Amino acid sequence: MTTESGTEFADAPDFRKKIRVWLEENCPAEMRDGAGGEAEICWGGRNWTFACEGQKLWLERCATVGLTVPTWPKAYGGAGLSREQDKILKEEMAALNARSPLDSFGIWMLGPALLKFGTEEQKQKFLPPIARGEIRWCQGYSEPGAGSDLAGVQSRAEDKGDHWLVNGQKIWTSYADKADWIFALLRTDKDAPKHKGISFVLMDMKSDGITTRPIRLISGASPFCETFFDDVKVPKEQVVGEVNRGWDVAKYLLTHEREMISAGGQTMGAGRPLGAVLAESETGASDPVLRADAMRTEVDALAMELTLERYKDQAEGGQGVGDASAMLKYAGTELNKRRLELVMAAGGSDALVWGDGRAASWLRTKANSIEGGTSEVMLSIISRRILGLGA
Amino acid sequence: MVKLVQTEEEAMLQDAGRALLEKSAPVSRLRELRDQGQTHDDALWQEMVAAGWAGILVPEAAGGADMGHAAAHVLAREMGRNLTVSPFLSTAVIAATVLRRCDDPRSQLALGEIASGARTYALALDEKAKFDPEHIELKAEKRGNGYVLNGEKRFVVGGSNASHVLVLARGEDGLCLFDLPADRGGLSRTSSEMIDSRDAAELVFENVELSGDEILGMAGSGGSLLQFGLEAGQAALAAETEGLAQAAFEMTTGYLKERKQFGVPIASFQALQHRAAHLWCEIELTASAILHAGRMLDSDPQNATLAVSLAKARATDTAQLAVREGVQMHGGIGMTDAYDMGFYMKRARVAAEWLGDYGYHADRVARLRGF
Repeated sequence: MTTESGTEFADAPDFRKKIRVWLEENCPAEMRDGAGGEAEICWGGRNWTFACEGQKLWLERCATVGLTVPTWPKAYGGAGLSREQDKILKEEMAALNARSPLDSFGIWMLGPALLKFGTEEQKQKFLPPIARGEIRWCQGYSEPGAGSDLAGVQSRAEDKGDHWLVNGQKIWTSYADKADWIFALLRTDKDAPKHKGISFVLMDMKSDGITTRPIRLISGASPFCETFFDDVKVPKEQVVGEVNRGWDVAKYLLTHEREMISAGGQTMGAGRPLGAVLAESETGASDPVLRADAMRTEVDALAMELTLERYKDQAEGGQGVGDASAMLKYAGTELNKRRLELVMAAGGSDALVWGDGRAASWLRTKANSIEGGTSEVMLSIISRRILGLGA
Repeated sequence: MVKLVQTEEEAMLQDAGRALLEKSAPVSRLRELRDQGQTHDDALWQEMVAAGWAGILVPEAAGGADMGHAAAHVLAREMGRNLTVSPFLSTAVIAATVLRRCDDPRSQLALGEIASGARTYALALDEKAKFDPEHIELKAEKRGNGYVLNGEKRFVVGGSNASHVLVLARGEDGLCLFDLPADRGGLSRTSSEMIDSRDAAELVFENVELSGDEILGMAGSGGSLLQFGLEAGQAALAAETEGLAQAAFEMTTGYLKERKQFGVPIASFQALQHRAAHLWCEIELTASAILHAGRMLDSDPQNATLAVSLAKARATDTAQLAVREGVQMHGGIGMTDAYDMGFYMKRARVAAEWLGDYGYHADRVARLRGF
């Protein structure tokens, strides 16, 4: 196996050629069937069972050269690529129809937050295992009865001198039953104003006092769990950022989550226009209403893609995305729901069969405009913080 | 790859454009022209010429500023905000784009006259009530070294005022594009009173005689030659329409903050907040499409069709939503002639039809995306 270092990639004069050759040589044949459904995703973690030898090889090879987290610094397991290079990498992977080697909440959410708020020790300890797919993370934000009112967290961490003592309950903790660690928002000062008494805490799911229970959803799957903390002892150094200032970390991470969810809506569309979906269906292409709806959705999807691009360009130029991430989340998730409606309509009765995959995806999209803040919350953020309307 | 953010140069042009138009062509000027039965403001156009806007797509050798399509969009956008009446789109964008592709001495001359303000253009294309550049029946017969034109054109925007006309006609070798003075014998022009208070004319060609060098490009190549001008015009019109939507939106949110009902500003009602926020999202998405279309026309014009149609479709849709919501959220006052929102609504409707409506452009997007 070639073991080129990430530095060589980042500094390569002919980056595209180099990455193309590397992918061609290293991407196993079984991994060249595109990004499939939920079942094909490699999540990694202590208990991960690889679907096939190719999946394992692909993860190892990418991790060795930093390509599971291409834009992270090399010191923490990344390849140190620029955004431009990352885009080329994605294009070349798409050209090869290569699957993503690793997806995880560690990559999408915790990683960026640690890179910004973590201590050097925290970065050294937690980031490389995320990059190698060794530790699978879940997110402990929501609580029963709180919904999108995230700052209303009641689960608490008490300062016991040499450790924190954690008690409470989280809900909608995605894949908590499969995760190795959890990052959670906990109340560390019950007397402070709502947003000022929260801390961002990392916990090993194997700690005594943590139990978790899956919740079965309308899609038949159970990706979400309830998670209970009962006198859990947590080492002091596992708070990210300042104590009682966890809301800053949470907000930063939420921005990433919104962008991720809105971009997630795109990955199903990117490279696979609705026209192709219609063409494959028995009647889709000839149904004028369906075709018109699909055209409209395609127009909006392309505009959404360009907006993600524009916002990234802006962010690179130093203007952060900030509250406008609420727009990406709102528009992206509403679009994704429209897209899957069309996929179902094009599929007709074929798509209604359990196990077909389309129905499960369609049912799953119904949560897009609820999780990570509902569409209504996003609209309120836009109208209040961006447009300055109302209280 | 060119970034989807405004350059410093574009930001400066935007400031200059906004300053000039707010002074010389605010919406109140459109109202004045409307009340006086005027559809053209020559003093304003000469001011735009002096500012270099007429030559924004004219090569420097011919006396232009040659700043590119994205820059033209910056100005078009500002004109949309102010509902400015001018021959900018037909002349500085569509005609200039077509003429600079011809690269012959007479086109150079024409480009110079566009930049200097000595001539303006109107595009005579439509023959039906819907945009359909494939179906042209106006006849061009070869006679000696020249041609004779017979037939009719409608919805010729700025057709009564322009000094020159670009005409697409069908010859025996296929579509031909002609460039002729609007006062040529046999060509009669009848102005229609349009809802947006601008000029659109019906042109009748009765044995209109043209010399051999009044054809642009080759006989039979008129359609593909015009294509570049059309796409430039469609994208610039999209930019104008986006500016219109933005201005209508700002008027509306301004009103929400100021108008009180039940003792509180109506901006405090969630039902209205969410609709305003949704509209803002739509404008943001459309802005990306416009920026992208400008970048594509400047960097890769041969492959800009998808970007242009995406921009025109989105802008058309967004502006329609912006003016509908504008009138609705203003309530009764939005329906009055004394208030400006109606002008925005009427211009948005005309801009939606001109150079292809939502359906035309969404269909092009769909075809290019494999539908």
